[in-house]
Amino acid sequence: MDDIPPYPPIDPTTFDLIVIGTGLPESVIAAAASTASKSVLHLDPNPFYGSHFSSLPLADLPSFLSSHSTSPSPPPPRSASSEEEHRDFSLLGLAARPIYSSIDISSFSPDLIDQFSRKFILDVAGPRVFFCADKSIELILNTGANQYMEFKSIDATFVGDSKGNLLNVPDSRAAIFKDKSLGLMEKNLLMRFFKLVQGHLADEQDVKISDEDLQSPFVDFLNKMGLPPKIKSFILYAIAMADYDQEDTGVSGDLLKTKDGIDRLALYNASIGRFQNASGALLYPIYGQGELSQAFCRRAAVKGCVYVLRMPVTALLVDKDTGCYKGVRLASGQDIFSQKLILDPTFKVTLPSGSSPSPPLQAKLPFCSPKDDRGKVVRGICITKTSLKPDMSNFLVVYPPRSLFPEQVTSIRLLQIASNLAVCPPGMFVLYISSLCNDDDQGKKLIHAVTNTLLTVPPPINSESNAAVQIKTAESGCAVQDETAQSGSTGPSDPGEEKPTLLWSALYSQELTLGQVDFICSTPMPDGKLNYDDLIEAAVKLFKEIYPEDEFFPQTSSENHEDVDDGDGDGDASPET
Amino acid sequence: MHGRPRKAPKPEDEAASAAKAQKLRALQTQFFSFHHDQIYTKEAVELSAKLLEINPESYTAWNYRKLAVEHYLSQSECGPDSVKSVLDDELRVVESALRQNFKSYGAWHHRKWVLSKGHSSINHELRLLDKFQKADSRNFHAWNYRRFVAELMNRSEQDELKYTEDMIYTNFSNYSAWHNRSVLLSALLEKKAEGFLLKENVLPEEYEFIHQAIFTDPDDQSGWFYNLWLLDQTVTTDSPLLVSTWPTCGSDVLIMGDGCQNGSFSPFTTLLSDSGSFPIILYFNQPVEGVNSSTVTIECGFDKNGYLHWEPLSVSNSQAAQVWVAHLKFPTPELDSSVEVRVGHSKGIISTRGFQYCHPSTFSFNVHVQPVERDSFQVSVAESILWREENFKIYRAQLEESIPIASFDQLCIKNGHESTASNWRTEALAKEIECFRELLSLMDCKIGKLTLARLLMAYDAMSIPFATKLVHSEEVLELYNDLMKLDPTHHRYYKDEHSFVLLQKMTSSKESLLQHCFQYKDSVSSVIGNPICLRLNNLSLSRIGAFEKLLWVQMLDLSHNELQSIEGLEAMQLLSCLGLGNNKLRSVTALEPLRKLKSLRVLDISYNQIGDHSIDTTRYLCSSPLSHSVGSELNKDETVISDASLVNYWEAFYMFKDLNLNQLDIVGNTIADEKFKSALVKIMPTLKRLDGKVLD
Repeated sequence: MDDIPPYPPIDPTTFDLIVIGTGLPESVIAAAASTASKSVLHLDPNPFYGSHFSSLPLADLPSFLSSHSTSPSPPPPRSASSEEEHRDFSLLGLAARPIYSSIDISSFSPDLIDQFSRKFILDVAGPRVFFCADKSIELILNTGANQYMEFKSIDATFVGDSKGNLLNVPDSRAAIFKDKSLGLMEKNLLMRFFKLVQGHLADEQDVKISDEDLQSPFVDFLNKMGLPPKIKSFILYAIAMADYDQEDTGVSGDLLKTKDGIDRLALYNASIGRFQNASGALLYPIYGQGELSQAFCRRAAVKGCVYVLRMPVTALLVDKDTGCYKGVRLASGQDIFSQKLILDPTFKVTLPSGSSPSPPLQAKLPFCSPKDDRGKVVRGICITKTSLKPDMSNFLVVYPPRSLFPEQVTSIRLLQIASNLAVCPPGMFVLYISSLCNDDDQGKKLIHAVTNTLLTVPPPINSESNAAVQIKTAESGCAVQDETAQSGSTGPSDPGEEKPTLLWSALYSQELTLGQVDFICSTPMPDGKLNYDDLIEAAVKLFKEIYPEDEFFPQTSSENHEDVDDGDGDGDASPET
Repeated sequence: MHGRPRKAPKPEDEAASAAKAQKLRALQTQFFSFHHDQIYTKEAVELSAKLLEINPESYTAWNYRKLAVEHYLSQSECGPDSVKSVLDDELRVVESALRQNFKSYGAWHHRKWVLSKGHSSINHELRLLDKFQKADSRNFHAWNYRRFVAELMNRSEQDELKYTEDMIYTNFSNYSAWHNRSVLLSALLEKKAEGFLLKENVLPEEYEFIHQAIFTDPDDQSGWFYNLWLLDQTVTTDSPLLVSTWPTCGSDVLIMGDGCQNGSFSPFTTLLSDSGSFPIILYFNQPVEGVNSSTVTIECGFDKNGYLHWEPLSVSNSQAAQVWVAHLKFPTPELDSSVEVRVGHSKGIISTRGFQYCHPSTFSFNVHVQPVERDSFQVSVAESILWREENFKIYRAQLEESIPIASFDQLCIKNGHESTASNWRTEALAKEIECFRELLSLMDCKIGKLTLARLLMAYDAMSIPFATKLVHSEEVLELYNDLMKLDPTHHRYYKDEHSFVLLQKMTSSKESLLQHCFQYKDSVSSVIGNPICLRLNNLSLSRIGAFEKLLWVQMLDLSHNELQSIEGLEAMQLLSCLGLGNNKLRSVTALEPLRKLKSLRVLDISYNQIGDHSIDTTRYLCSSPLSHSVGSELNKDETVISDASLVNYWEAFYMFKDLNLNQLDIVGNTIADEKFKSALVKIMPTLKRLDGKVLD
């Protein structure tokens, strides 16, 4: 990024909307606004699409993470001089906020990794999937973004335990029938529960779940239905995808209500068999998650949105008197004006030193920084040469709370992706792991608990760390080995079974920044959820906020929804069919 | 396709279909003219292909194409390559027809025909099938064709079994897949293929498999059907068994006519005979063929030639029957002799499923004949039997008196070698019982209850040689009572089963049977010697069963029940008095089993609903006067039928003409008007009393 070519001037210089950052919410808004016939300028300081939602070559990931891990130097001083040019505007500096912390990148087989470093395309915000019937798939189909993407079905979902076992999640009638680990009684109970939910959703009179039950915690309802712990755990964490421990009310304020639990089951249920070629409920895009942001950017471009990559924005222009937003100043020095602005959450607004803002601006400033959620999300990426399940390539593993160690209060999710999704060389596997956490130490412990249970972690040969990351090789190596020693006693009961060997890993904590609608609208950071629905919802909300009069992707009469749906059903899954 | 709602046709669809019909009509006219003139030119054949593509159901077109192929093949100059290309063309036409309608009988059949010619590559067929079976996994045409292809290409049953397994794993609600599985397993078991040598090793795994389906979704019927097949495989012994006889082994039979009781003989084995012979009855556990004087031999002091005519007792005139009877003549003088019956010592008795009777058994009994005084016989038949409560008193058996059902158990033990081999069957049933009790503890499930009831009965029946009682009969009766309430649509079936179990229970032990044994009036003056009257009245029975325990019965009271059918009653060859009053018999043809009861003299069918329906609708198979066999009989008796008064009662004529009734009560039936009664008198010259009135 050092040798950015000279910036060409942008023409025109006035737009309805400027969007900074090409992450998913920004791209969706850009596409929606373009569709609503707004003139949109979409900028990204990076040379690639997707920002924090992108998929990057392995070689580029560490520098991307570290570039967002510390506050860079304050905005260029020329802002002060340029201020003189505008009598009408004040300049507000834009500074990057640190997003990632505790970055730990370890390579255990540097030769191999170097050889393939451009062949791995790694999701920055993994693990993430689509439910075949979720809002994001709906949006992709409605907007026609599906013509830029291809998907493959995730083969299965498992629930893991501390011994390294992976239990298949019986998520459908066929899966319950086939399951080897459930007893006959358990099969009957689970299937009847599914039928109850289906009956409830289909509005069958005699199987309606009472309002009282719907308002009660989901876990209480499951208890009431007499479901044994194992099945409860399947439903809560591997189907309803609850993030926090549902049985320990002391820890979690995030208790799933029956109503929401049923909705999530309904989503899962509607996802299975939605597309003919997709065997399960979950989908993953070929070439990685970065494709999604890019698809929406293409969609926006078709509708006339102007794209400029490698274009940092140095300052915001605000009206001196009213403090209202007027435009942006680009790194090229050019000022571009627009009615509205959508900002990537990695920026914070700073006042240029030595200038006292006008009173209206001063009143607004406290709200100028994106809000942080209370917690963080910890993410890990591992590369192996062996699949965690010998006969399977792409699957999800859920570690419910307390499944790995007693203090584990959150679900940890792991997604294994293989080369048939075109994100890694043949014979290699990428594991994405994530969990919500309060702080970096807790997060690290969660990820290590998973890697130590599932993988053989060799002593580190080379830890790629730089000054910005501030992690010492010796330290991280020690930490890993300590964990290995700890889990040795509770490790797999069968030592004869070889665990896949870890070749490369990245571990980092990410701030959970919420979207914001205020003096400046900013989009949220990738959340800790498994799919995009909350983020899409936030994007819709932002769009409504800035364009209350416009419809969010209106259905065009020429596009027959059924046809798009069917067409997608064919193209949506395995290309081999 | 299954589970897809039908859409109402839109106007434009209707227009399209009208246009299609128009086009089709034109094609069809042209096609028929080609067909009629036997024109098999390229153009004509292509036209038929076009027609079939639009309408795969056109049988004539398929046949035309067969003729065209035959025509082409009969031309001598065509080489193997061109034959193949002609047949490949046929396959293509079939394929495009199937794309139009993959359930077209004609298309699938044509494909079979082409492949049977043996010139086409068969490898493509499985791929084609995969496509169709993926599109609709329950398409039975495809499954049928699959069996054909698998056989043609010698695909192993094991491979096909694996395929059904895969299909079942995709969606276990698939009758065709489960059915194919049962077919394949039967074949493998019959072949004794490796790994399929013993049922007892194969069936438990299958039970385990089907439990997964049943427990996962008890509402899905396909699994239950397979379970029923497994149950049948477990319960049914391949080789038929002799389960009961009359006379019973080791019994003393007194045959007499003077009505005197000889103190040393039990009334259970005393028989009045006016025909100079007595019946020997063999009761098997399943229908068998081939019972004759060489497969069943008799040794006795009085009949040296040993030839006996064995008659199958079935109402359907088939040569297979569960019950066989022969009449052994005895000389008139006083006689004491032992008779030995040897069953199945030479091969030839075969079950309808093709299994040999392979448990040769022998039973013997003693016969004592007392001469009949003609006079007293004549007098006694003039007496009337009244089925009144006051005429019966409970029979008090002598302490040591043997009752025929006891000896039945002895017979079973003789077949003991079978019971040791069937340990696995008992174990399998016990496991199943436990399993379904568990299911029912979780939920109310009709078919689960029915299965449990069936299992319990099968289990009891299997353990009978060792246990004297049906331990589960109370529970089973309770289950059927539940089912009648839960599932009113199938009330009749449950009621029948309930009746059947009730009878099994009553006949299961000497004690329970004796409660239903009565003596009619004062024994000495009795019409029929001194038999015991078995009274099964007022039990709300809808069907009768347990005949194997009741072969000895001569006087039977079934009045005040809910019988609609008396199927199986033909087994009770000794019956001379039968009370069926106050039941729900609805037609004369429902009485058909009675035609086989040669010694029946007294019959009460009063207060039924005979005449409400013209035929017995309770059975699927019933001979009707329209059937060939009956027609020929009618012709023989032309003189009688020509009587104008009988023309309207051909059913009754057919039914009653062979009965030698002395007494008949028929009052209280729709049919029983004066005209009918006078017709009856003509049909049955032996009749002495009709509805209590003495006839001249």
